[in-house]
Amino acid sequence: MGVLSRFTTYVKSVFSSMLDRAEDPGQTLDYSYQKQLEQLQNLRRSIADVVTSEKRLELQKAQLTADINKYDDQARRALSLNQEDLARQALERKQGIQAQLSGFDTQIDQLKAQQQKFLDMQERLQARVEQFRNQKEMVKATYGAAKAQVQIQEQVSGISEEMSDVNLAVQRAQDKVLQMQARANALDELTASGALPEIGSPGGDSIDRQLAALSSKSEVDNELAAMKAQMALPAATTEEAPQAQLPPASAEQPQQQ
Amino acid sequence: MRPPDDGDARAGAAALAGGGKKAGEMVIRIHMEDQYRLSDAAAAELDKLDDALVAAIDASDTAAFSAELNMLLTYVRQNGEKVPIDEIIPSDVILPSEDMTLEDARAIMEKPVAAPTSADSTQVPD
Repeated sequence: MGVLSRFTTYVKSVFSSMLDRAEDPGQTLDYSYQKQLEQLQNLRRSIADVVTSEKRLELQKAQLTADINKYDDQARRALSLNQEDLARQALERKQGIQAQLSGFDTQIDQLKAQQQKFLDMQERLQARVEQFRNQKEMVKATYGAAKAQVQIQEQVSGISEEMSDVNLAVQRAQDKVLQMQARANALDELTASGALPEIGSPGGDSIDRQLAALSSKSEVDNELAAMKAQMALPAATTEEAPQAQLPPASAEQPQQQ
Repeated sequence: MRPPDDGDARAGAAALAGGGKKAGEMVIRIHMEDQYRLSDAAAAELDKLDDALVAAIDASDTAAFSAELNMLLTYVRQNGEKVPIDEIIPSDVILPSEDMTLEDARAIMEKPVAAPTSADSTQVPD
């Protein structure tokens, strides 16, 4: 078996050294139990990390949603003052943030799925560890019988394999959590510096970027037209739009339409 | 594997697991999931599916890889008998979880198979 045998060897190798040094099976059982408890601890820590990352993303998402409302409100106010350029600027920022926001939902969903996976894993592991603890002493009492050693060895390699499996899963999970935290940190800095809308443009080559800019522009145009229609303003654009800066964020909350 | 005449041993095994490995079957674990018992005949099918996985890796065909991996896992889940949670038993084969990517698989294929080392034996409690 190609991939399968390699993967089997790979997983089993994680804890195999534990078996090699087992001269006294009773000692191995105790050591194994101790390792199992450590794994459970690790898993609990990972679950806590995932929950923290998820909460953080939810907070960032709420902040971005508030920004979207703010820019939307600014665009409306600019239009009502006949400042179309200003309205366009606000809508461009809104578009940039919206692009970011869709990525957030995907990430939050991923974290939720990850969390559920971990909780299932924890439940399963806990049941196994409990079982192991209950029967460990009983087995130790019988291992003196030479023939029982084969079985004990089998139990020990079974539980070691279980631990290897969990160990790898926890490692992978921790790597994922670290990546997510790094991204969250980067986003925090961007939101703080106000650079987010620019960064929101997708990567890729220059053609990708131009296409994205065009589609973003047409979305802004559409939204501008819709907003005008809603506000019953003339569709004609003003010839000489003032090059004013956006007014600072007002404490005024966007009105419900 | 268990020797055929295991009178005393069976008592010990029954105390801990109540089951154990029977002749003519394989125990398969799916990484981060459960273990399953498969008859040797059914397990032979795994070889074919494994070959398909290797072919997908060689062809760098990401779509084929995840399709084959899914087929493999589905096959084991459908044809295997789940090992109860209170039974502790080593597996003959460990399958990757369904989210393993072609790159992960390639990395494992290229990784030298680690020989069990005793380098960290200092951690054994006395």
